[in-house]
Amino acid sequence: MTEIKVDHVLDSKGMACPMPVVKTRKEIDQLEPGKVLLVEATDPGSKADLKAWSERGGHQYLGVVEEDDVIKHYIRKASTDEANEETTHENKVDNEQLKQKLTAENVTLVDVREPAEYAFGHIPSAVSIPFGELEARLNEIKKDQAVYVVCRTGNRSDLAAQLLTEKGFENVYNVVPGMSTWDGDIDRSE
Amino acid sequence: MSIQTMNVKEVAKKALNKEQLFILDVRNEDDFNDWKIEGEQFSYVNTPYFDLIDGIDPIKDQLPTDQDILVVCAKGGSSEFVGEMLVEEGYENVYSLEGGMKAWSEHLEPIKVADLTDGGELYQFVRLGKGCLSYMIISGDEAATIDAVRMTDVFVDFAKEKGANITHALDTHLHADHISGGRRLAEETGATYWLPPKDATEVQFEYKPLNDEDVIQVGSSNIDVHALYSPGHTIGSTSFIVDDQYLLSGDILFVNSIGRPDLAGKAEDWVGDLRETLYSRYKEVSSDLYVLPAHFMTNDELNNDGSVGEKLGTLYEKNHGLNVEDENEFRSMVTENLPPQPNSHQEIRETNMGKISPDHDRQREMEIGPNRCAIQ
Repeated sequence: MTEIKVDHVLDSKGMACPMPVVKTRKEIDQLEPGKVLLVEATDPGSKADLKAWSERGGHQYLGVVEEDDVIKHYIRKASTDEANEETTHENKVDNEQLKQKLTAENVTLVDVREPAEYAFGHIPSAVSIPFGELEARLNEIKKDQAVYVVCRTGNRSDLAAQLLTEKGFENVYNVVPGMSTWDGDIDRSE
Repeated sequence: MSIQTMNVKEVAKKALNKEQLFILDVRNEDDFNDWKIEGEQFSYVNTPYFDLIDGIDPIKDQLPTDQDILVVCAKGGSSEFVGEMLVEEGYENVYSLEGGMKAWSEHLEPIKVADLTDGGELYQFVRLGKGCLSYMIISGDEAATIDAVRMTDVFVDFAKEKGANITHALDTHLHADHISGGRRLAEETGATYWLPPKDATEVQFEYKPLNDEDVIQVGSSNIDVHALYSPGHTIGSTSFIVDDQYLLSGDILFVNSIGRPDLAGKAEDWVGDLRETLYSRYKEVSSDLYVLPAHFMTNDELNNDGSVGEKLGTLYEKNHGLNVEDENEFRSMVTENLPPQPNSHQEIRETNMGKISPDHDRQREMEIGPNRCAIQ
């Protein structure tokens, strides 16, 4: 797998249980909600435990990659905004409608999740532009095509859809809920 | 007060003596549900250590204040971490299991099961954490092991203490649930390693083929170890009749259950052999033989002294697996709805064949979990 962009790296190599989880807990406190932490570990026990711990804390356990003897855990800090189901952007499609659009027409699909979320599973035709980088990368999106915006739950994509509309894109749809319930084709970056 | 440690030998004693013990197991739920320290009078609370990082409040009302608390984890680090929190909260008599479940899985408790002809002795090595049973016959200055497990030091040291050298290492079959110590014992002590040839078609090392009716003599008192071909758990499975009195049944027949034929993926092919062994071959030997199996499933099978064994005649009366008259019913019992296969069983088989050589840590990992070799 190519290097996945993260916001912070925690080195827990050589540490035995319980330290990888204890350190992760401390480290994640320092991060802003929604940011991605990479925990590097060598303790095989960390595999089940960091995942279980993350899920209980409401954090998103994105996935794990084993390289040489290092176990790399990718965790995204819980973000309370995403529990909010209200979206304000008017044009919305659900996952099923998106599937039809993807087969029927030439559309642009933008995945605004963090690079690590994208890396561990995305819709094959989706381009990755994390929400935080969207404003700076508008020129990568074609103006003459319909633009569908997807994230995990429909929240970040709602903000992204609003931003795109504000910046002059006319045909912008928010995909709700998005990847959390996506059952169509998935690609992984490897 | 500070945290104390308890070692696996002390815990084993408590299990064998059916003492009470309160265990706080701080591994994750899957691991706990898969496999834990068993004791008739043991009580348990399972809460993963990662739920207790911010304090022990979630479990406070479940912990006894008038009893020892043994905190258990995978390797001993997290149990110490949680145990220290308990001590800080004012709990007394808090113990952390030294080495955790890894150490528990490796602990062997030697129990003498018989005096043999002319001063010979037969020992059973009970591996409580895994349900494995190994054996050692000692006669004069010679010893033979049967189904010795990976912790070969224990056998070498035990023989040395008894003034004997291990001259034969026998395996009843190619094991799928744990790593055999037979080959390493042979390398370390110069003993002859015996394996049933039908189980050894793919092995990558030298061994001596063990054929039906072979007789191996151990030591000055010439204790007879008589091979009895008894296939069904594997195609080569061989039992031993020791000193005309003891039937070492391997993984074919246990005290409360029988062997499963599917661990090499050949349930359909081997079910007939299993039936033949249990319902014909074993019937031809004396029902006074005392059966000593290679496994037990639950602590209910332990006798008062902690050993495992029963007279063959009694098993023919009480063991359900020996009392299924209808062949079709028997067939479906041993080929359908089987318990899950042991963890890493394929890798363990390949290790025992000498095809792969995982390091010590990996071998430990592979053996984590219960043995699951039986059908009740």
